[in-house]
Amino acid sequence: MTPDEENEEVEMVEIFVMGKRYNVPKGLTIMTALEYAGYKFTRGCGCRGGFCGACSTVFRTEDEYKLRMDLACQTAVEDGMFLVQLPFMPAVREDYDIEEVDPEEHDNVLLDYYPEVARCVSCNTCTKACPQDIEVMDYVQAALRGDVERTAELSFDCIQCGLCSIRCPADIKHYHMAQMARRIHAKYNQPSSDELAKRVEEIEKGVYEEEMEKLVNMEKEALKKRYDERDIKEEG
Amino acid sequence: MMKGHLYYPGCTLKTKASDYETSAMKVMERLGEPLVEMDDWYCCGAVQSLAEDDIMHQIAPIRTMCCAQEQGEDEIVTLCDMCYNVLRQANDRMKEKEDDLETMNEFLDEDPDYKGGVEVYHLFHVLQDLEDEIKDAVTNPLEDLVVAPYYGCMLLRPDNVAIDETEDPEIMEDLLGLLGVKVLENPKRTECCGSYHTVNRSDIVEKRVEDIVSNASKEGAEAIVLSCPLCQFNLDFHQRATGFDIPVFYVTELMALAFGLDIEMKNHKIDPRTLLKEKGILE
Repeated sequence: MTPDEENEEVEMVEIFVMGKRYNVPKGLTIMTALEYAGYKFTRGCGCRGGFCGACSTVFRTEDEYKLRMDLACQTAVEDGMFLVQLPFMPAVREDYDIEEVDPEEHDNVLLDYYPEVARCVSCNTCTKACPQDIEVMDYVQAALRGDVERTAELSFDCIQCGLCSIRCPADIKHYHMAQMARRIHAKYNQPSSDELAKRVEEIEKGVYEEEMEKLVNMEKEALKKRYDERDIKEEG
Repeated sequence: MMKGHLYYPGCTLKTKASDYETSAMKVMERLGEPLVEMDDWYCCGAVQSLAEDDIMHQIAPIRTMCCAQEQGEDEIVTLCDMCYNVLRQANDRMKEKEDDLETMNEFLDEDPDYKGGVEVYHLFHVLQDLEDEIKDAVTNPLEDLVVAPYYGCMLLRPDNVAIDETEDPEIMEDLLGLLGVKVLENPKRTECCGSYHTVNRSDIVEKRVEDIVSNASKEGAEAIVLSCPLCQFNLDFHQRATGFDIPVFYVTELMALAFGLDIEMKNHKIDPRTLLKEKGILE
């Protein structure tokens, strides 16, 4: 850092965490701003890359009447932001045996396990809550008409944060239901992969154990070099 | 404008009433007026909310109106009587009550406003105007078959959404006449089948079904014809408890048979094939 940069004044914004005021540098994500303010995450923080869905945040700014929702690791703090973390959703997840949920054997397998899907009034609140910009209401509607494939495809980017379900006036468990749809779709509609079965067998036989051991014991710099120089083979 | 009709299926047509959808698709294709499914649509809500101040339950049907509007169309056609009734009532309310439309559009918020320019029709409305085309399409008149038409509630009540005279409808009789079948006068054709009591009060539904079916049987009906998936389920499924076994057809199934089109008939509890073979309609 040059002396000039060091002396440059950092612009601060005012945020309210669970009602308590903090001044934090502008440009931080909500997650780093919380850490700057002295909070330490033991839960509700995972990948820090917007993939794991563990850091749901609810917030609004001073001049807004609407609540907004997003991931703390992906959203920058704004001046006058009121916020709280929701690290866990206690929504019910139904148990099922994947061998017993063949969509051909049920009128509507998703509705059998998640009947509250039928309570959807199309308010679209779920879609507005989704940090992944998934068309959540549309996949709930697809589930309602028994379309497992469309439910699976529309919900593909779901990271299971649960914000949809916490906002739903019909108490639908969108993300658990959609995960079930994706599993059913993979099991019953998608072609199975022979390569995967072969690879699992190799792993179980311990074919890669020696190689893995080498990697684990490598120095960090050597490992980086090895990663950068790795040979990427074309498919096929 | 598209060729054919913008079609709103509703959830049941994709599951328990798939026979109705597939036969209607084939029939309308043959008549040169294909049904084209909407790009997007939502569950109608399945029950019309009667509460004056309940806008929440009008959102689902109005979203579907918005879908039609955004597709640049001003008409949708439904097959399901329940969907027709719910969509039509919600849509009429928005057309008639400016305040409700304003409240709705404020709620819809980021989505485009509904402008109130879409009309809801039932398949019967469309078929009514296709008399000549239907006559021309009939290759296997079902001359030997005696049928009792059944309307139930949703096509006729309340009277502001009725597709025909509430107490004395003829729209289905007129249509069936074109297929060559013998159409019975069915005085019970506008009675309720028991509707959603099927969920937890099957005793009520069984009583209703027995009343409707025993009358039709007394008149000599060999089949009952209707267009509502819930009526079809109740009259078909609950007949077992009443001791009758009269097949219950969707009107488009009989049309398909009269047009010589192949249909599956896989939703039926009382297998209609025995009757159709007896009558020489199926081999």
